[in-house]
Amino acid sequence: MPKVKVPRKSTAIDMTAMCDVAFLLLTFFILTATARQPEPLPVDTPASTVKVKLPELDIATLTVGQGKVFFGVKGQQVRELLLDKMAKKYSIQFTPEERKRFSLMESFGVPMANLKQLIALSGDERNRLGLQMGIPTDSIDNQLNEWILQARYATKELHNVDMRISIKGDSKEQYPTIKKVIDILQKQKINKFSLITSLRNEAK
Amino acid sequence: MAELNTSGGGDKKGGKVRSKKMSTRVDLTAMVDLAFLLITFFMLTTTLAKPQAMDLAMPDKDEKNKDAKLEVADNRTMTILLGSTNRLEWYMGSVDKPLTPPTVDNFGKNGIRKAILEEAKKVQGITGDSKKGLIVLIKPSEKSNYKNLVDILDEMKISNVQIYAIVDITAPEIALLKRDNIY
Repeated sequence: MPKVKVPRKSTAIDMTAMCDVAFLLLTFFILTATARQPEPLPVDTPASTVKVKLPELDIATLTVGQGKVFFGVKGQQVRELLLDKMAKKYSIQFTPEERKRFSLMESFGVPMANLKQLIALSGDERNRLGLQMGIPTDSIDNQLNEWILQARYATKELHNVDMRISIKGDSKEQYPTIKKVIDILQKQKINKFSLITSLRNEAK
Repeated sequence: MAELNTSGGGDKKGGKVRSKKMSTRVDLTAMVDLAFLLITFFMLTTTLAKPQAMDLAMPDKDEKNKDAKLEVADNRTMTILLGSTNRLEWYMGSVDKPLTPPTVDNFGKNGIRKAILEEAKKVQGITGDSKKGLIVLIKPSEKSNYKNLVDILDEMKISNVQIYAIVDITAPEIALLKRDNIY
């Protein structure tokens, strides 16, 4: 008996359309993605059920963790003006080069005296764990208070809106540290601010 | 896939030189693989990185007259003390004459939320006015951590408590926490 020949079909599929779709989506996601900035002080934010997104502009972030406070404000122009104001206040001279480098720093945590050294470091070195010791918050030399105040002036001057303040705390952080930061804000009559949280998956 | 047409153009009898006809098909499998890998990566990173903001309004602090105190009705006030090891303690009324005995409780659905919802209903029954609901005073002790604070504020949002405030803890209340071994 002759064998019944099954016609062999080619397994190759035309992938042109699939490739088109894949790259279209890829382009979309690349364009909408915002690159995540490396943080000098990594914190684990507590979860909550609120679904309000953080605004992108005119907001300062106080990162609190391991008893240290870091300060960061959004917007390069705001940061440049802020550095000018702080330089005048503490009478430290910054070169245009240093201003440029400072305007690219998302967040930092050193006393005013060490700021020049920090600016001179490269991005990788700057974010090394434990290098930055936090901004002084004690009552004798309350530099955090000054940073917040000047940042508010700078934002108002440039954009004519009130700067918002958000606190990004580590979930393991003891309450007294948070309280100290809140007290500094309240002294400046800032009674409204945001706490940054991550999204809780299910309503527990 | 990726065939090259090798036939044709083999014999050169005539004067015309025929250029080889090449197949235009390219193997796209690897390219598609790579594209989908990148899509997955970007999809995951974009949706996860966005932080949420919980708005918080603190009561105005008057530096000039520190002793000025806001009087609130005892039967509408619930005080929540945040202690150590993720535990809390709550009571109604004032610390000297609590209307309910101070109770140690846990965070979350089966802990404080039940108490809040129950008390909110009771207060609603007493006042009979939808505008006069429960008032919650949150008093974090020094042994509590930031997560506890966010959790309890979140609880306020979930159980829809309209009036709440973060207040400094007082000595009798710390004693209460100490008595119940959560300080």
